[in-house]
Amino acid sequence: MAAPETSTAAVPTLYTNNTLRNAFGAVLSFFIILLIGVLAFSIRLFSVIKYESVIHEFDPYFNYRVTQFLTKKGIYDFWNWFDDRTWYPLGRVIGGTVYPGLTLTAGTIWWLLNSLNIPLSVETVCVFTAPIFSAFASWATYLLTKEVKGAGAGLTAAALLAMVPSYISRSVAGSYDNEAVAIFALIFTFYLYIKTLNTGSLFYATLNSIAYFYMVCSWGGYTFIINLIPMHVLLCIVTGRYSSRLYIAYAPLVVLGTLLAALVPVVGFNAVMTSEHFASFLVFIIIHVVAFVYYIKGTLSPKMFNVAVTLVVSVGLAVCCAVIAVLIALVASSPTKGWSGRSLSLLDPTYASKYIPIIASVSEHQPPTWPSYFMDINVLAFLVPAGIIACFLPLTDASSFVVLYIATSVYFSGVMVRLMLVLAPAACITSGIALSEAFDVLTRSIKFQLPGVSSDAEVDAGETSSVTTEARNDEVKAEKPEETSKDRPSKKSKKKEREHVEKPSSKSKVKTKSEKKRLLALPLEASVVSLLLLIMLGAFYVVHCVWAAAEAYSAPSIVLTSRSRDGLHVFDDFREAYSWLSHNTDVDDKVASWWDYGYQTTAMANRTVIVDNNTWNNTHIATVGTAMSSPEKAAWEIFHSLDVKYVLVVFGGLIGYPSDDINKFLWMVRIGGGVFPHIKEPDYLRDGQYRIDSQATPTMLNCLMYKLSYYRFVETDGKAYDRVRRTEIGKKYFKLSHFDEVFTTHHWMVRIYKLKPPKNRIRGKTKRSKSKTGSTSSSKRSGTEKKNPWH
Amino acid sequence: MRSLSFFFVFLLSLFPILCFSFNPESPTDRRVLVLLDDFSLKSSHSIFFNSLKSRGLNLDFKLSDDPSLSLQRYGQYLYDALIIFSPSTEKFGGSLDLAAVIDFVDSGHDLILAADSTASDLIKNIATECGVDFDEDSSAMVIDHKSYAISGTEGEHTLIVSDDFIQSDAILGETKIEAPVLFKGIAHSVNAANSLVLKVLSASPSAYSANPESKLLSPPLLTGSAISLVSVVQARNNARIMITGSLDLFSNRLLRTAVQKSGSQDKYDKSGNELFVTEISKWVFHERGHLKAVNLRHLRVGETDEPAMYRIKDDLKFSVEIYEWSGKSWEPYVADDVQVQFYMMSPYVLKTLSTNGKGLYHASFKVPDVYGVFQFKVDYHRLGYASLSLSKQIPVRPFRHNEYERFITTAFPYYGASFTMMAGFFIFSILFLYNK
Repeated sequence: MAAPETSTAAVPTLYTNNTLRNAFGAVLSFFIILLIGVLAFSIRLFSVIKYESVIHEFDPYFNYRVTQFLTKKGIYDFWNWFDDRTWYPLGRVIGGTVYPGLTLTAGTIWWLLNSLNIPLSVETVCVFTAPIFSAFASWATYLLTKEVKGAGAGLTAAALLAMVPSYISRSVAGSYDNEAVAIFALIFTFYLYIKTLNTGSLFYATLNSIAYFYMVCSWGGYTFIINLIPMHVLLCIVTGRYSSRLYIAYAPLVVLGTLLAALVPVVGFNAVMTSEHFASFLVFIIIHVVAFVYYIKGTLSPKMFNVAVTLVVSVGLAVCCAVIAVLIALVASSPTKGWSGRSLSLLDPTYASKYIPIIASVSEHQPPTWPSYFMDINVLAFLVPAGIIACFLPLTDASSFVVLYIATSVYFSGVMVRLMLVLAPAACITSGIALSEAFDVLTRSIKFQLPGVSSDAEVDAGETSSVTTEARNDEVKAEKPEETSKDRPSKKSKKKEREHVEKPSSKSKVKTKSEKKRLLALPLEASVVSLLLLIMLGAFYVVHCVWAAAEAYSAPSIVLTSRSRDGLHVFDDFREAYSWLSHNTDVDDKVASWWDYGYQTTAMANRTVIVDNNTWNNTHIATVGTAMSSPEKAAWEIFHSLDVKYVLVVFGGLIGYPSDDINKFLWMVRIGGGVFPHIKEPDYLRDGQYRIDSQATPTMLNCLMYKLSYYRFVETDGKAYDRVRRTEIGKKYFKLSHFDEVFTTHHWMVRIYKLKPPKNRIRGKTKRSKSKTGSTSSSKRSGTEKKNPWH
Repeated sequence: MRSLSFFFVFLLSLFPILCFSFNPESPTDRRVLVLLDDFSLKSSHSIFFNSLKSRGLNLDFKLSDDPSLSLQRYGQYLYDALIIFSPSTEKFGGSLDLAAVIDFVDSGHDLILAADSTASDLIKNIATECGVDFDEDSSAMVIDHKSYAISGTEGEHTLIVSDDFIQSDAILGETKIEAPVLFKGIAHSVNAANSLVLKVLSASPSAYSANPESKLLSPPLLTGSAISLVSVVQARNNARIMITGSLDLFSNRLLRTAVQKSGSQDKYDKSGNELFVTEISKWVFHERGHLKAVNLRHLRVGETDEPAMYRIKDDLKFSVEIYEWSGKSWEPYVADDVQVQFYMMSPYVLKTLSTNGKGLYHASFKVPDVYGVFQFKVDYHRLGYASLSLSKQIPVRPFRHNEYERFITTAFPYYGASFTMMAGFFIFSILFLYNK
């Protein structure tokens, strides 16, 4: 927390006196930025220190596998990669369905390092990509906030972002997911947009489009940018802040950005065909109309202008109505109204749970709870409102963007936990502004009242100087485009506009500022106390962040640990199971499991899977869900028709691992039932309750998932007590007729079953007489449960 | 020392050959274990046994309660086939029991099972495991008052004649069995839904299964042509089983008897039994109807190496070789109904293969416009023949980015529009900037 403090102290000095102090401030902030980068990188290394340098969770394994392919086969093969080891038998065109940004980034880093004779493995590069990019992201935050509210706010915001838990949760070392680079790209795109808006430079506008392109490459969240920026442009136009800088910031972004976005295979024609992008085109039209109106206004006399306005408005309205009607008809004719399910669930939070169980089933698509806000952004949640107020003093184009950004991201984070990630940078920026302003006010009041310094004249001077600096700050921003665009033809009109817009506001601002400054001169004690309180707040934030990074968000989730009285337990069952698969099964064998484990199975076991975490084919997932919720025989037939050899289930009942397949099972039923109506959710519930104890329904007790999870479970403790559901299971003794248990990991977390081959003979129907006893091998073959002696 | 070790290695390398006399290259059985109730059957059924011996089979006669009875030693089967001619045995000797017999079959070995009116539960259970249900009434026999054998002296009409053979050259050979077959024994039925069991010899519609000595109180459970006299099973692993309710079917007495069907003027000097049991034993011991498919190949048209992956709309050539075992050598199998499927969850292409008469079947077709992981599948199931199920996985990919047409004729207006737009903008910029 020392960093922002010193920086805020340094910032006013920047403007006060001579160039030497300016240079000193610049060098200081440079080192602070560097340290923030180091902080951002190193706080994310807890996972490597506490566990090991491994890829985490599910999606990162897929990205890792893709990166390996890229480094092995090159970019063209990656682009055209048809993967036949997943979504069997449909396969998946990886090159055309994956956001390539992350993979290309890591691949490039690996290639660079290798060509410099630094032989790092692909895995190492992948593990450390996220921490590296979070350092970049904090630097981008610095740049963005600096554009909005000056260097002090920038440094504070960067420091906050470097350790905000929400972002850490997605970017610890090993968390090799799209978001790792996408957050950097998001912030950097916003920075370049604000930069263009402040300078009006076409150079930055072009850079902005390229940054946007990188964002499109990296993450589906780019639609947030292409909707937020038009919203801001519209806001500026509506509030009468239209300027040629706004035009330059926006028009090239839409044209170049859309062209570039269409180059990414996964986006392609979506860039012009789906409703997520329509807002940008609409605003593109509007900004041209507005620009044209301003141009006409400049050339015509006021009287003529009024005539023209009435003429154009009447004609224009008619045309607009017609166009909008056509547009609405077009959009309405498509079944999803042109919106993809994920986007619709953003606008209508209940949409997904109503219509798309596959989206609702993902925990990160659930709405967050209040504690998760405190967990993920901590004290920032309280600082954000202050930051928003600070953004209104004074409201510039840039600060209005920040306000809009925080407002929309708060809404979206309320819809989906995952989008808390988009909220985090906004919260950091606003809180950075708030903290910086608060430090500014408090330190100034202290300085104002310190005995040695507090002669009236000096105070006045200091005050006016600070006021003028801020005014100048505004002025500088306004001046810059002037300087850079000297040789431009539209100079005259520009000047006019600037006078129109900037002059009155800046004048009034200066007035209100000086009044406020007097009010803000707080008593010495109060300012010292509140300064200390603020520092404590910051310290609390740091402590929380470090704790979150070390304890909450560093678990790789493929290796689990638990602490008990007799020490630390490590559960490495997942890798045990995957390596069993890779060593003991045939290369072309197909493994069926719930889709969560698809990416890991292909990446770690190198076996073909039926469904995986890229949930592109609902029917296929529903087929697996149906198989899991069917009785053994029906399930065997489904799996056999898909050439499945092995079925993998995750079971946490023995050690109390809560996110196992039994807990996910209702989603399998729902997703399966959505496509195959003979699977009905009420059949699995007793009086609306999901239970696996003796009260469970027969359908539940006979479904494949129950049987595969609890087969032989009673042999562990004699009672078959499930530690996750905290109950004894309903049916303890049963045998499997169509599946053979082939492998169960040490802690029973992963159980692998093999499908029995089709029966070699078909038995006759005569009942066996009593002389038939004990021949277990043939009773297994019998295939009917009625003959089961265990019943 | 060296030569000794060499000899040892030689023996070891020979070991598998010694152990597996049943191998895919010559599927005919060589070593047969015959289980008998008592050794008198050896002479009373000698014609049948001698015909087997004359075909090169090595018969090993054992009493069914021989305590040294064992089908396998050290995990290797000692026999290729089993003939159970001991209907009254309640319990086999040695390590042999129901499960052992069933495992023997499940590991691809053949079985001939003959029961009679003294059939024990054990024998009936073996039959049941194979999908054949003997009449539950243990005293019942097949009685037919219309098509009984006239030569039979007793008036119970339990020695019946039947000529209702299955129509399959693969099972019964190409020589037509002229004389009817004499049968005396118990009835069994097969489940019509069971596709693995075939009724080779059915009873006439007037037959029924009942106790010939007692009065018929209730209608018999098994009647008419639902009664099967001889059934064969071909398991999914192509193990072959023959089950009949008459041990006498194989006996010298019935093989040599002249036969005349009641109500028929045709009189034969010899019953059809000899030909029937010989031919059916040839089928059971894989001397006929055993197919193999090898060299499943596929090629892109114009190439010589088998590709690892096809592209949609590729033209490909597919070929497979199918041979039939004649008892001594592999002969080309000729048929016009062998089909290949190009299969992904359902067949996208189903094509009949044409043959060159020398065992090679081939077809060429275009890969459908669907990508995914396909399979070449040859599923050939014909009555009496060993079933062939081959599949070979092959992925089909979509076009690469540079395999699409570079310029499309119909799009020329759009190309024109773009370039004129660019030129127009360029001219406009020049005019706007410098024309003041």
